[in-house]
Amino acid sequence: MEHNLLSNAVVYLGAAVLAVPLAKRLGLGAVLGYLLAGMAIGPWGLKLITEVETILHFSEFGVVLLLFLIGLELEPARLWSMRRPIFGWGAAQLLGVAWQVALVGALGLSLSSTAIALATLGERNLMGTPAGQASFAILLFQDIAAIPMIALIPLLGVAAADSAGGGWTGAARLAAVVLGAVVAGRFLVRPALRIIAKSEMREIFTAFALLLVIAISLLMQWVGMSMALGAFMAGVLLADSEYRHALETDLEPFKGLLLGLFFIAVGMSVDFGVFLSKPWLILGLVLGFLALKLAVLFALSTRFGIARGQRWLFAFLLSQGGEFAFVVFGAAGAARVFSPEAGSILVAVVALSMVTTPLLLLLHDKVLEPRYHGQNVREPDAIEDNEGHVIIAGFGRFGQIVGRLLNANRIKLTVLDHDPDQIELLRRFGFKVFYGDATRPDLLHAAGAGKARALVLAIDDIEDSLALADAVREHFPDLPILARARNVTHLYQLMDRGVTIIERETFESALQLGRRLLSQLGYGAYRAREATLKFREHNKASVDAVYPVYKDREQYVSMSKRARDELNEMFARDLKSYEKESEKGWD
Amino acid sequence: MPNPRILVIYAHPAPHRSRINRKLADAARALDGVLVHDLYETYPDFFIDVAREQALLEQAELVVFLHPIRWYSMPSLLKEWVDTVLEAGWAYGPGATALLGKGYWLAVTTGSPEEAYRPGERHGRPFEAYLPPFEQTALLCGMHWWPPHILHGANGADEAAVAAHVAAFRARLEAFLLTPPKGQADGT
Repeated sequence: MEHNLLSNAVVYLGAAVLAVPLAKRLGLGAVLGYLLAGMAIGPWGLKLITEVETILHFSEFGVVLLLFLIGLELEPARLWSMRRPIFGWGAAQLLGVAWQVALVGALGLSLSSTAIALATLGERNLMGTPAGQASFAILLFQDIAAIPMIALIPLLGVAAADSAGGGWTGAARLAAVVLGAVVAGRFLVRPALRIIAKSEMREIFTAFALLLVIAISLLMQWVGMSMALGAFMAGVLLADSEYRHALETDLEPFKGLLLGLFFIAVGMSVDFGVFLSKPWLILGLVLGFLALKLAVLFALSTRFGIARGQRWLFAFLLSQGGEFAFVVFGAAGAARVFSPEAGSILVAVVALSMVTTPLLLLLHDKVLEPRYHGQNVREPDAIEDNEGHVIIAGFGRFGQIVGRLLNANRIKLTVLDHDPDQIELLRRFGFKVFYGDATRPDLLHAAGAGKARALVLAIDDIEDSLALADAVREHFPDLPILARARNVTHLYQLMDRGVTIIERETFESALQLGRRLLSQLGYGAYRAREATLKFREHNKASVDAVYPVYKDREQYVSMSKRARDELNEMFARDLKSYEKESEKGWD
Repeated sequence: MPNPRILVIYAHPAPHRSRINRKLADAARALDGVLVHDLYETYPDFFIDVAREQALLEQAELVVFLHPIRWYSMPSLLKEWVDTVLEAGWAYGPGATALLGKGYWLAVTTGSPEEAYRPGERHGRPFEAYLPPFEQTALLCGMHWWPPHILHGANGADEAAVAAHVAAFRARLEAFLLTPPKGQADGT
């Protein structure tokens, strides 16, 4: 058995390692690579793996982890602010399909694949776009909607209703568990995380993170919720905790691997036997299914005001059947709503529809996208040669000031930003502004980073800023970086990356206001300036002095605690340096 | 106020600690026809509005430079002012007439007593030996050099000495204001 497990692992990992980079290289995307790897090693390929069901079940945990991590990214407040898109979109999409096709098949098929769509969004960095947001809203709603669906199925079938799911006791148990999870999340899990973090045993922290997610998922399954949704909820509950980043980094590799395994399993589960016996029926169903779903999604996207260039992207993203369909059809099969044969046909249709998504996206990139070039959404621009220029990444309130100063002094600029509206506006004023995600090395290449004299890092998102600093350090080690820091911790993180020229974005303006306040209080203008400059130097020295301390406690102390300690230290230093001001004679 | 006939260029880096220069500036401010222009208050960042300064100079008949002596010379902001405002072609050189005929009056204080300004003493030579750069600046711009108004030993000066110095300063300004206005160099 153990030998079996290990040799299976070799097969999975080998297939993934071979197929995924190859697929990426060919421009097919990682998801399709996994699917193809699965087909290759599955019962209808090389027959290296046979127990597809088990693997599929096990690897569903990758989806669970994915949703947990997504939950972590979403603070409750942000989730609440998205309530309208989630319910508006979600309900519209579900209803849109439901009245068209019949019953369970329609319900199951109406669900899109959270795993595929979100993995694709992540891979392509589209999460922030309107299409990405709308897709996420729909997927989330579907995950919620799958619960009553799964609960409903037994009532439609001839088999006895599943006792765990139905009735008042079930509802009460669900409410109790959800409530318990909220309370425990705040009063048990956080202190536990703190204690474990203090023990400084990194692997125990990881173990606890995994334990947490698995336990919550099983608990949710026990009360009849989907595991993924339960994990998502747990993630949201911990989103504003100081351990968010630690949890993310610890679980990220597990998620990636398990999600890969899930896609491999989907690839393996494509039943070519059914397919071969009724190829035309299945092909027809897949095509009809896709056509219908695309039509509905496209119609929805026009109704909900998605930019024209993104409508097809949005429709393609959600066009496939989802992993919940497998669960729904599994439940339906068990409840004998339809025959095993019908079930396996539907499963094959869903699995094939999943395979089509990466292909459709490829079609979108190569054929449809170029047509919308120059409209609201565009591919990263090809950037003309601009030798001896300065690159400004991020042209918001901060980058603009730097850019205009340079522009006024006739210094050549290349500006990178990801807000299309902004770009059109600035171009009209003669700025060289280009659209793209600046953290991508290929865009840096295209932007002529090799010939630039300096790069101004003015992105307002801290993580993007750090990612770009990393990318520049790796690919253009000789390009000087001048960075905007959002706060002291960000400043330290930039220093960690070897950036030496850094300005804290609020520091100078706050000092200037302080200086004007001193004038207002009767200090002469020059004295106010001297006092401000003195404090400025002192503060910079303090920040530098606290830097090594920050490094020491970086790993386990929470962000907020760290900021407090740093402030504390600086206050103490302020008082010390101002103990005596010399009063030498003046006439 | 009608165009002030006297422009006092006041340069003191720490006016809140000044005993004497501040009193001199206040005395000048109290007179009609005198504009006291506080350089350290106006240009704390040393970024000087040259056009504005030149306009102020053009409308004055007498320019008073009021400041403590620092290192045998003027405070650094005033040096920056001289460097940027007294442009070639405007203040001096061919065709430069902006300052022609205006008075140049140095009103300064020194920390050391006059005895320190002697051969063999702390500062090695008489105070007048440090004045040629000021005099020559006036000369180059075609201005009339007024005998400087100096208070030595300002650190140790007693109240009476300070009061007398301020009163003499004020009297000299008032006397100038009583003279009939001259036709100005720019013809207005």
